[in-house]
Amino acid sequence: MIAILASVLDGVLVGAVYGLAAMGLTLIWGVMNVINLAHGALTVFGMFALYFLASVLGLPPYSAVPIAIVAGFVCGVVLYWIAVHRIIGRPELMSLLATFAVNMVLIGVGTALWTTSPFNVPVTLPGFTWQGYTFTGTHIMAAVLAGVLAGLLYLFLHHTRVGKAIRAVAQNREAAELSGIPTKQILSMAFGLGVALAAVSGTLIATMFPFTMLSGEAYQLKSFVVTVLGGLGNPAGALLGGIALGLVEGLSTPFMPVSWIPILEFGLFVFCLMAFPRGIFALSKG
Amino acid sequence: MWRRPFLWLILAVSLAFVLVPYLTDDVQLREGLLLAAVYVILASSLNLMIGYAGYVNFGNIVFFGLGGYVCVFLVSEWHWPLVPSAILAGVAVSAVALLFGLGILRLRGAFFALATIGINEAVRQLVTNFEPWGGATGIYLSFDAYEPLGGPMQALWTSYFLVVGVMALSLLASFAIKRSKFGLGLIAIGQNEDAAATLGVPTPRYKALVYSASAFLPAVAGGIYFFKSGIIEPGAAFNLGLSIEAIVMVMLGGQGTVIGPAVGAFLYEELRGALLVAEAFSNFQLVIAGVLLLVIVLFVPGGLMGFVHRRWPKARSWLE
Repeated sequence: MIAILASVLDGVLVGAVYGLAAMGLTLIWGVMNVINLAHGALTVFGMFALYFLASVLGLPPYSAVPIAIVAGFVCGVVLYWIAVHRIIGRPELMSLLATFAVNMVLIGVGTALWTTSPFNVPVTLPGFTWQGYTFTGTHIMAAVLAGVLAGLLYLFLHHTRVGKAIRAVAQNREAAELSGIPTKQILSMAFGLGVALAAVSGTLIATMFPFTMLSGEAYQLKSFVVTVLGGLGNPAGALLGGIALGLVEGLSTPFMPVSWIPILEFGLFVFCLMAFPRGIFALSKG
Repeated sequence: MWRRPFLWLILAVSLAFVLVPYLTDDVQLREGLLLAAVYVILASSLNLMIGYAGYVNFGNIVFFGLGGYVCVFLVSEWHWPLVPSAILAGVAVSAVALLFGLGILRLRGAFFALATIGINEAVRQLVTNFEPWGGATGIYLSFDAYEPLGGPMQALWTSYFLVVGVMALSLLASFAIKRSKFGLGLIAIGQNEDAAATLGVPTPRYKALVYSASAFLPAVAGGIYFFKSGIIEPGAAFNLGLSIEAIVMVMLGGQGTVIGPAVGAFLYEELRGALLVAEAFSNFQLVIAGVLLLVIVLFVPGGLMGFVHRRWPKARSWLE
């Protein structure tokens, strides 16, 4: 019983980070109806940010978190103007393909630079032991940081002018433009914010697990599952969805071989898409 | 029917595919053309979904892989001959696609696209855990499997001719569908699904049918292709990357046209081959494909044939 409780708790901790990653995806979808298929690759760049700052330059590992946010934001704004701006409002095929093309370029450059061999950044934090089960410090720290960042995102979206403008554009772009909001700039900032979330979640994941240039795809698929659980375009739902996915992973680990868990996840994914296209937690948007 | 220049074009191209490597006995050329033919099959079938019905299918490769598995399993375990195995694989996979389609085709736009990725991944993980199909290591064919076709050397040629045959069929099918009432309905769905339904197009039935139809030939081709390779494993069979490369081919040639996807597939294969061989570019093959895709999407969404049709409107009358 305690074993199950322990794996569930650990699942929830990791799930909070999945939620953070998915928030980036769902924010971009909610604001501009674009599914960012470069999400996974950008997550991986966040992972490599930790590797370079902590292992190569020797900085303290968690200093990579603010750097990943800022660098991710700048990257996102640049990517928006290069690849996304022209396809806003065009059929979905176009935005899916454009972001996928960015994904191919990023992964291509990444594999050429760093190959596909695994990297591991050893981060040591004191964990705590309870009834013989150890909760690693990095998992707790990652979950706490994910929670803090999600809270900051909420405050930003609801209590700053720019945040309110982002929500206005998400609700109705024409009306926002008519009220004097520079929607193009707001869209680029929203995209930058989404990419910053992807990058910082990658940094947090890299403190917990080893990674390769190609790990992004797995986390991107997890983010899809999470966004669908939480409802596409709903950042608060994404955090809940992430925790739900962590719960599912934690709960199923003691009962089935690890290789079966992805089947469960994708089964759940397709089922949720069909049964609850607006998410299980159909909270109001924003 | 034989007055249509397009049909003669298919015949001529297929004959060239068969005769050139056979007469020159050039095995390397044959392997390149085999891959090109497989790409043409994948791209033309995908075009039925993307170009005609306007539904983005990221996971079309799932049919290719499943077809490969069914066919290789029949050949290796039940000792069936190749051709009936491949055809049965096509029929079985189309039936499975019909089931999938009835479920996920209620979704539209981006939701449908995401669901197709989910299906491909779910099936890949399922097959990885499915012991009768060899789990993660897959199925290896022994040399005995090639004996009925006159030994491995002869079997490679036979597989190649069969793939070229399937390629011709895929072009023919995409031509016939475009000129039929069914095709007209699909194009109407692609332009405005609600309007099409209002005007009496049976949209759910047509969508499920085209999804199933876009599964048949890739499944047959997958069967022959993996029979020829002699090995099938989940990573190669359900390679999401190849699925998306097929979308690049469709876009490159021009979605919604009959010839476009085939031309796109052929050009893409040649380009990929050239980039892989070139020392300086082999690491950047993915980057170049990505930049190419981005440029097409942003600046020439009609693709190559879109450009041709705009530049020479008369060409359309004898190309389709």
